[in-house]
Amino acid sequence: MSSDAMAIQAAESAGRPWVETLHEWITTVDHKRLGILYIVFALVFLVIGGVEATLMRIQLMRPHNDFVSPQVFNRLFTMHGTTMIFFVAMPVLFGFANYLVPLMIGARDMAFPRLNAFSFWLTAFGGILLYFSFVGGSGLYGAGNAPDVGWWAYAPLTARAFSPGNSSDYWTIAVLVSGFGSIGTSINIIATIFSMRCPGMKLSRMPLLAWLNLVMSGMVLIAITPLSAAQIMLLVDRYLGGHFFDTQAGGSAAIWMHFFWIFGHPEVYVLIIPCFAFMSEIIPVFSRKPIFGYPVMVGATVCIGFVSMSVWAHHMFSIGMSSYSNAFFTLTSMVVGVPTGIKIFNWLGTMWGGKLIFKTPMLFCIGFLFQFLIAGLTGIMLAVSPFDWQLSGSYFVVAHFHYVIVGGILFALFAAFYYWFPKMTGRMLNESLGKLHFWLFLIGFHMTFDVMHIPGILGMPRRIYTYEPGRGWDTMNLIVTIGTFIQGIAILVFVANLIYSFFKGPKAGNDPWDAWTLEWSASSPPPEYNFPAIPTVASRRPLWDLKHPEDPDGRYE
Amino acid sequence: MAKKLAVEWGACIGRVTGVLVIVAGILLAAALCTAGQQPANPVPSIFEPHSTPADSILRLSNFVLTITVLIFGVVATLLSYATVKFRSKAGDAQHEPAQVYGSTQIELAWTVIPILIVVVLFLATARVIHAIQDAPKPVAAVEVTAIGHQFWWEYRYPALGIVTANELHIPVSDPNHPSPTFLKLLSADTDHSFWVPQLAGKTDLIPNRINETWVDPHRTGLFLGQCAQYCGTQHAKMLLRVSVETPEAFQVWVNAQKQPAIQDEKEAAGKRVFETTACVNCHAVGGTNATGRFGPDLTHLMSRSTIAAGAAENTKENLRLWIQNPDAIKPGSLMPAMQLTDADLDALVRYLETLK
Repeated sequence: MSSDAMAIQAAESAGRPWVETLHEWITTVDHKRLGILYIVFALVFLVIGGVEATLMRIQLMRPHNDFVSPQVFNRLFTMHGTTMIFFVAMPVLFGFANYLVPLMIGARDMAFPRLNAFSFWLTAFGGILLYFSFVGGSGLYGAGNAPDVGWWAYAPLTARAFSPGNSSDYWTIAVLVSGFGSIGTSINIIATIFSMRCPGMKLSRMPLLAWLNLVMSGMVLIAITPLSAAQIMLLVDRYLGGHFFDTQAGGSAAIWMHFFWIFGHPEVYVLIIPCFAFMSEIIPVFSRKPIFGYPVMVGATVCIGFVSMSVWAHHMFSIGMSSYSNAFFTLTSMVVGVPTGIKIFNWLGTMWGGKLIFKTPMLFCIGFLFQFLIAGLTGIMLAVSPFDWQLSGSYFVVAHFHYVIVGGILFALFAAFYYWFPKMTGRMLNESLGKLHFWLFLIGFHMTFDVMHIPGILGMPRRIYTYEPGRGWDTMNLIVTIGTFIQGIAILVFVANLIYSFFKGPKAGNDPWDAWTLEWSASSPPPEYNFPAIPTVASRRPLWDLKHPEDPDGRYE
Repeated sequence: MAKKLAVEWGACIGRVTGVLVIVAGILLAAALCTAGQQPANPVPSIFEPHSTPADSILRLSNFVLTITVLIFGVVATLLSYATVKFRSKAGDAQHEPAQVYGSTQIELAWTVIPILIVVVLFLATARVIHAIQDAPKPVAAVEVTAIGHQFWWEYRYPALGIVTANELHIPVSDPNHPSPTFLKLLSADTDHSFWVPQLAGKTDLIPNRINETWVDPHRTGLFLGQCAQYCGTQHAKMLLRVSVETPEAFQVWVNAQKQPAIQDEKEAAGKRVFETTACVNCHAVGGTNATGRFGPDLTHLMSRSTIAAGAAENTKENLRLWIQNPDAIKPGSLMPAMQLTDADLDALVRYLETLK
């Protein structure tokens, strides 16, 4: 058997017991299968996290609603945040990196295939552990319950005095375990990129997707480490009598904030940089031009990687830091906007003078550009620490980071799905359903998250299960909730499209988009070990050289 | 193949105008929501400040908003222009467009301009940070210690010997003779955050840490806010009410609060219920043997217009319900249901109503 993807798998396994197929998937060390496992795992959790968000929005539809109790609401936002960051965004991006990086650098697999499988299963078990809290959260005390400490789990809410039972231990251990998975995958990506590139693929010829995932992986190594350390300290506090964060015994609540956000802020860039990578691969192909300013794009990414390590305390402007600290973190937070802006301009430069083709992946890219622009600008407002004293902890912040995560990251992911699904399965996604998905999601997104800024400006704090009537928040919250349902319908269209096209979509062929990077030279789906003969490249766009032998790229780089 | 970039910086004025109209619409909608709030200020909008810190923040915010809206206008116009102008046209798919790889001059331009903007924004911000955070405390300042508890606020006026809860009373500050209020912020349990948007930005109350904030309200009235840092089950109903009064009215309030509780012999039965049940474990009433500190001080309970940290109006019915079944008003609050007989409950409420 030479092929790997699910479609052919299904056809071939028709005569075999399903247990055998299942066994193959569970024991696989193939980077493409693990990539798909990561992605499917994340999609399942995306739906779960989305349902949690919808329940919260129903509760907030009108003031003094009693759809859920405060206890349930607090668990919902804790689980929603933790799920979306650790068990949707991280795994789905690692999934794409796993699938694409070896193919794009002309390698036959990741550097450490077994570590790869180990990392995936750690992440998967982390997710399962988190949700097992619904069964075992209170230990022997009674029925299970999920953690309710918020996704950043500020001390001392996690101390045993305020969080009895085991629910927050499930949170701690789930995040810790999946963190080890992330570290493993990052080491793997770095090793793969540094040691597995095909002949001719100098670092300066590497596709931007590989470059950006390299930077992302380096950041994961630096960012996850303090988080894991803090989780271990928290466990020591809870079970071995430590007092790191136990304020009733003289511990420090503020130090947990520093530990969490020195993970938390680079984390935002850990999530967005792979999305920049999708943009940098998809926009050129649908503009029919090479990426504008390749070296600058690499430099800007590395720059973001460094600067984003020193911006974390802008999540803590309201904790009473000195005016000098506030000024410092204001400056660094603004500075990180410069390389980010450069990236937007370079994508604009790529589109400028091109021939834009508005297939579904490109539509999502255009949506990304506008929304990420707005998210960046509200980010500048939040970097201005006095402005932040008003806006932090309010619905304005909630709207801002959902603009980044939904309007930016999720839109980029949808673009990536429509773009690489043909490579992964051998079949195209349906364009009409894709456009319906795009427009529905766009409308729902803007109804929800544009409007959500306003109650924040009018003084509505986040994480409240209900609010007082007559403060100017009622109508806004109703509109936000309606938008949520439209997004939900769009997601259903997307899932339907995935399932329908997997079975019935037209055959994709090797290179449906007339693209330029190496993955499109392999068959769709690529065979086990990807390339029968390791390719040799002479430029950043090897397939361009192949298609235009009279005008190869190498001359201009 | 021509490899030259044709950058057309021809900004489309119409589109900028369109964007501005949308932004103006949003601001207008926000303004409409904040309209008609005399005198209770039900909408705690940050765009309607009544105190120096909130006011300087708003000025800075307007400056930042103007710059970001301009940036948005320019970049969104360019993006829209590119999206419309460079669509591939039917029958034109045969040829690839000019392959352009970059331009050092343009890269420099869109690096240097944002850096300049950052410098300007940073300097403007640093000035306001300093003005608010490092403001000197005038001699006439009123000092209050605010202590966050799971799900209510304790206010102590150390210089005046007053302890009260949930409703902060402070004097209005005349800009010519400022009498600002400086708040020392502490926490008895988890993190909280003090946020009255029309008076100042938020500052957290963190256990084992002393924070400070200040306000100098320029007009009298009631200002609303609420806890802005997730603190547990009833974070949502940890509401803030700040009553800003004329110096005379404030003095009257201070004098009343300094008195011990009124001893009304007619309600001795209710007082006995209070002092012989678990009430005294958590609540204090000045001049009696009730000295609990875990819950709000009740010495002048009836001088407050709300109970349960603003969750309900301070009426006889609500008081009765609150004692009988706190979850009906604020599920998950730390006030226990007292399990009293109807007769005891009525007597207790009558007693509490004497605590003027």
